Amino acid sequence: MATGAIENEKDIWKGGEGNLPMNASYGKLMMWFFLVSDAFTFSGFLIAYGYARFKHVASSYHGIEWPNPDDVFNAFPAMDVFHVDKAPLVFVGIMTFILILSSVTMVLAVEAGQRMDKAAVEKWMLWTILGGITFLGCQAWEWMHFIHGHGEGTWIGGELVKGANLVQNQYGPPLFGDYFFFITGFHGTHVLSGIIINIIIFYRVATGLYQRRGHYEMIEKVGLYWHFVDLVWVFVFTFFYLV
Amino acid sequence: MAHHGEEFIEPEVIPADPAKIGKIWKTAGILALITAIEFVCAFTMEKDGTLITIYILLTLLKAYFIMAEFMHLGHERKSLQLSILLPLIFIAWGIVAMLQEASDINTAITTWYDFLVK
Repeated sequence: MATGAIENEKDIWKGGEGNLPMNASYGKLMMWFFLVSDAFTFSGFLIAYGYARFKHVASSYHGIEWPNPDDVFNAFPAMDVFHVDKAPLVFVGIMTFILILSSVTMVLAVEAGQRMDKAAVEKWMLWTILGGITFLGCQAWEWMHFIHGHGEGTWIGGELVKGANLVQNQYGPPLFGDYFFFITGFHGTHVLSGIIINIIIFYRVATGLYQRRGHYEMIEKVGLYWHFVDLVWVFVFTFFYLV
Repeated sequence: MAHHGEEFIEPEVIPADPAKIGKIWKTAGILALITAIEFVCAFTMEKDGTLITIYILLTLLKAYFIMAEFMHLGHERKSLQLSILLPLIFIAWGIVAMLQEASDINTAITTWYDFLVK
């Protein structure tokens, strides 16, 4: 533990051994500082979205209002089967619950790691990976629906627009579509890389690397990253789907 | 760390503390509850300033629970907590500055269009 005095300079870089600034290991501190920088990137995106939305004047853009998310994201897979026309927020709500649950299983994996319980770490890591993959699948469906559009489409400047891409958008100004693609896409990329990192860590747990190392600190580090992805989604959910 | 040739002894598994596990699920329950409240508000309230304020407060509450409990920041040293949280002041400044700027541009464009119509 932290003693203040550094006996060997190389101990600083060991992580979890020797000198511990602020009583946290080197790896965890660096993960925290990376997350702070990532938080700035995401804030930049979300603030830019707010900027575009506050500045938008319908009369200067073919009279198109900034869309109400309830009218854009109101679809659900197999809605026709249940004879439902609109289900605003339902699908994205389920996605939010999936991500929160995968965060919980990650905490349980960390907790199991602190008890050196290899079997439990494996179990909870697998649930976390499954939650992440399910979330990404939902997001892919949501993107597909947004890109293909629904209903009759909208006449914009003498042209019938159906669905959305980076230059056209049936629901509102193209900027809305651009921010949707960039913000949820950037978040989705984080989820994807989180899944890949989780799979690698799961493999190393299964092959007993951390058992031999004597501690499961790596689970805590990927756990921090995974919770951060969940944290960002909480903000994306509020500012893109609710407000 | 085990050396080569030396036989590796599996470390003993420490039994789970039900209080600790319970606390994790309790935090999860709080997060689910806050999201559920957001849903109820979304379907029952008019979308105005009050609702948006409620959304933002609930979001910050969720962020607090995720950071303090799941990311364990609530149990770290004060110096670590502050080095993570203090830089976020710049984000607060960014929100205020950019949204004010955007509103002013909005006012300017609207005024110009009104002038053109007259």
